[in-house]
Amino acid sequence: MSERIVNDFSITVGTVNGSGSQTANTTILRSLFKMGIPVSGKNMFPSNIQGLPTWYTIRVNKDGFIARREEHEIVICMNAQSFAKDLADVIPGGAFFYDDSIKLDVTRDDIIVYAMPVKDLMREQKDVPSNLKSLVANMVYVGVLAQIIGIDFDKIKAALEFHFKGKQKPIELNYNVVLAAAEWAKENLEKKDLYYTKPMDKTEGLIMTDGNTAGALGSIYGGVQFAAWYPITPASSLAEELVEYLPQLRKREDGKNTYAVVQAEDELAAIGMCIGAGWAGLRAMTSTSGPGLSLMTEFAGLAYYGEVPIVVWDVQRVGPSTGLPTRTSQGDLTFTHYLGHGDTEQVILLPGTVNECFEFGWRAFDIAEHMQTPVFVLSDLELGMNQWMTEPFEYPDTPMDRGKVLWEEDLEKIKGDWGRYRDIDGDGIPYRTFPGNKFPGSAYFMRGTGHNENARYSEDADTWAKMMDRIKRKYHNAAKFIPKPVIENNKGATVGIIAYGSTEPVIREARHQLRTEADIKCDSMRIRGVPFTDEIKKFIESHEHNYVVELNRDGQMYQLLLVEYPQLAEKLTSVAYNDGLPATARWVRESILATEVK
Amino acid sequence: MMAEALPMANTKNGNINAAGLEKSDYRGNPTTLCQGCGHNSISNQIIAACYEMDVVPEQLIKFSGIGCSSKSPTYFLNRSFGFNSLHGRMPSIATGALFADINMRGLGVSGDGDTASIGMGQFKHAVRRNLPMVYIVENNGVYGLTKGQFSATAEVGLSLKHQGSNLYMPIDIAWEALVGGATFVARSFAGDPKQVKELIKAALRHKGIAVLDIISPCVTFNNQDNAYHSYSWGKEHEIALHDLSYVPPATEILVDYEAGEDHEVTLHDGSTIMLKKLERDFDPSNRAESIQVLEEANTCNCLLTGLIYVDPSKPELTELYNLVDEPLNRLKESDLRPAPETIDQVNSLMF
Repeated sequence: MSERIVNDFSITVGTVNGSGSQTANTTILRSLFKMGIPVSGKNMFPSNIQGLPTWYTIRVNKDGFIARREEHEIVICMNAQSFAKDLADVIPGGAFFYDDSIKLDVTRDDIIVYAMPVKDLMREQKDVPSNLKSLVANMVYVGVLAQIIGIDFDKIKAALEFHFKGKQKPIELNYNVVLAAAEWAKENLEKKDLYYTKPMDKTEGLIMTDGNTAGALGSIYGGVQFAAWYPITPASSLAEELVEYLPQLRKREDGKNTYAVVQAEDELAAIGMCIGAGWAGLRAMTSTSGPGLSLMTEFAGLAYYGEVPIVVWDVQRVGPSTGLPTRTSQGDLTFTHYLGHGDTEQVILLPGTVNECFEFGWRAFDIAEHMQTPVFVLSDLELGMNQWMTEPFEYPDTPMDRGKVLWEEDLEKIKGDWGRYRDIDGDGIPYRTFPGNKFPGSAYFMRGTGHNENARYSEDADTWAKMMDRIKRKYHNAAKFIPKPVIENNKGATVGIIAYGSTEPVIREARHQLRTEADIKCDSMRIRGVPFTDEIKKFIESHEHNYVVELNRDGQMYQLLLVEYPQLAEKLTSVAYNDGLPATARWVRESILATEVK
Repeated sequence: MMAEALPMANTKNGNINAAGLEKSDYRGNPTTLCQGCGHNSISNQIIAACYEMDVVPEQLIKFSGIGCSSKSPTYFLNRSFGFNSLHGRMPSIATGALFADINMRGLGVSGDGDTASIGMGQFKHAVRRNLPMVYIVENNGVYGLTKGQFSATAEVGLSLKHQGSNLYMPIDIAWEALVGGATFVARSFAGDPKQVKELIKAALRHKGIAVLDIISPCVTFNNQDNAYHSYSWGKEHEIALHDLSYVPPATEILVDYEAGEDHEVTLHDGSTIMLKKLERDFDPSNRAESIQVLEEANTCNCLLTGLIYVDPSKPELTELYNLVDEPLNRLKESDLRPAPETIDQVNSLMF
């Protein structure tokens, strides 16, 4: 008999999409989290409303490694369509749970098999209304799994209470099924697999949420006043969470609103509305994904050249074109960087954790208004839509930076002597006025056509070139407002890993594996924005080899680094791949080993 | 070609209006459009209307898209903020900007290319949302800045130099506005400056979007005598639905008024649009009649002008949002950033 495996395995649940299994899956995830065990949950779903196979993978790891793995120790199959694949996915010695109404043969004898009488158990649940039976039936596998691997039932109840926001009826309906299924399992199943859960204290003080919720909340603490959006996977929930939380956090005592959210007719209108609002002095944002960003390109150029602050969230999915709408990618980096025709360079923030989605949510407005330029926050599906454990959100540690704005009293002082695009302070950043300013002469005519320092139409060659030079200078000054990279050093390391965004836990685990399994010490640097800060150059210089790890085909961060630091090209190697799935530590490790061990 | 005064052509006359401003305070830069362009005539009527109505220029925001018409906001109301946006995208820019200060009203100038082709989608949604703005379409049936291509409002069979004969059905902007649910729809003619001015006045006081489809001849590319959008065709074929005048609130109505036949429309601020009956009895507050009139306009071989439809009762966009009384763009950090103690509550809302 092999030894027990405690708090170190992955559980994958195969269900039919639209069948309500998300409630069951997040209940398992949350109860493990509440048991103090580090976990992560990843939804692998089709671009479809109902009827296609979907999978949810929970990684349980006592050491806190929560990146995706390729191995599945426990597989639960609730879907006849995916039965063959699910059965094949179980590692030898693993456990396979399935709904016994699936009349297919279990053709493997190297795994432990548990058949679950889902239909029979649900038939006994007289309290469950017939229209809810198929939804609540998912609680059968929660109960059986909990019994077999030892999940704490109180924590399951706590997870259900959270999910149903304290509503007793659905909580009881679901929890009763969990208990009944567990009872059945206790009496009828013999535990033969090796997987166990045991309470720990490793999630204390942490919260669990997704990046889109965090981004929305961060934006609210950033004082968002106007949001316009158009539905698109995987970004929709960011705007929906704004709509959810704004009334709770930003209604005034008189019951009136300090914000407006508009669902636009398309992404062109969404960013157009933001630019109108940003120009008129509101903290304005939109959220979208790749196809929407493509549509926003023309307006992004206007905001860049007209110097209008807005915040654009791109929750990346796989492109080009419609691509893989429900899979993750870091494929919009170079596109966003140069978004717009003509010479454009956009400011980009790259959150790598849910907590950073919150922080960059408010910080993005400060940078945008200070610099008078659009700020693009590049999240992705993996970060945005999956549940992550994270440090609690922290209240912004700096006051709002509204940038250089002239109101009536300011114009009074300077006797109205001002020009919208004059660089008075030598930092490339001019002053703005907003509609509603009653000072005669406060107004100017905003345009995307050539203009001079006073915002007057101009086709003068010298005026055009000078304006573009100033904007470039302003852009490079922006580097000091970009969050510095997160650098983690390993004494004696000669190899550097450069990454960004949602691969954060992957890189952490890959470094651990390289050190413990291959005796290669790596430093890592997680880039958190563009333009690049000085630390980035220093990091590259101080390592013999730097591997730029990213989830796209062409190595887009690698390309940007080459453009910025051509003299360091020999120190940089691209490790880039994208099939729509989140990265794994094994892929990073093997990619680096392939070069390092020659 | 008709004679007209260009904007900026007037000298200061010393007459101060109730806003304490002279007419010259409503002017813009000298026009760069062609001499005789219908758009210049409309610019002049905007200046006159705003002056006569004592509009405070700082209380209006000018908007436009791209094209000859969209250049024209430079030629009036220099003291107003303005946003010359992208081709067909004026409505979205206006939507966002008009949230910044709900005391302000938008004054948009677009063209038939800007509105009826690339901007049709945004136009329809601006109408549907009842934006607090006047939306003027300076409609000449032709692309001027790109030198004379057909626009989507050009009539079938119109023949233009280098373009041949137009094959496609024209889009009727007033019709699109009306079926889209616009709360104020009018058609006018740049060659009828008095009507244009009265319509602009009424439109400025209307709550919600006021769409003015103004036939505004392009003297360079589409002013042949037989062209629908020409001066001469318009002059010969214009049939006004009514003799229209705008009466400010609390003003005694002095016009000759026949009860039962003439119509008056009271706007939300108490001002009145007097519609004196001409050839037909027409009530623009009756949508069915408005639809019928537009249908006739398409078959009558005439240019039917006037106030086609008005509903002063619908809420405008920003009224739907329960916004604080002061302008959003004057709110301070204390209004916008939740208090520090809320962060613990938020964290406790997460799992």
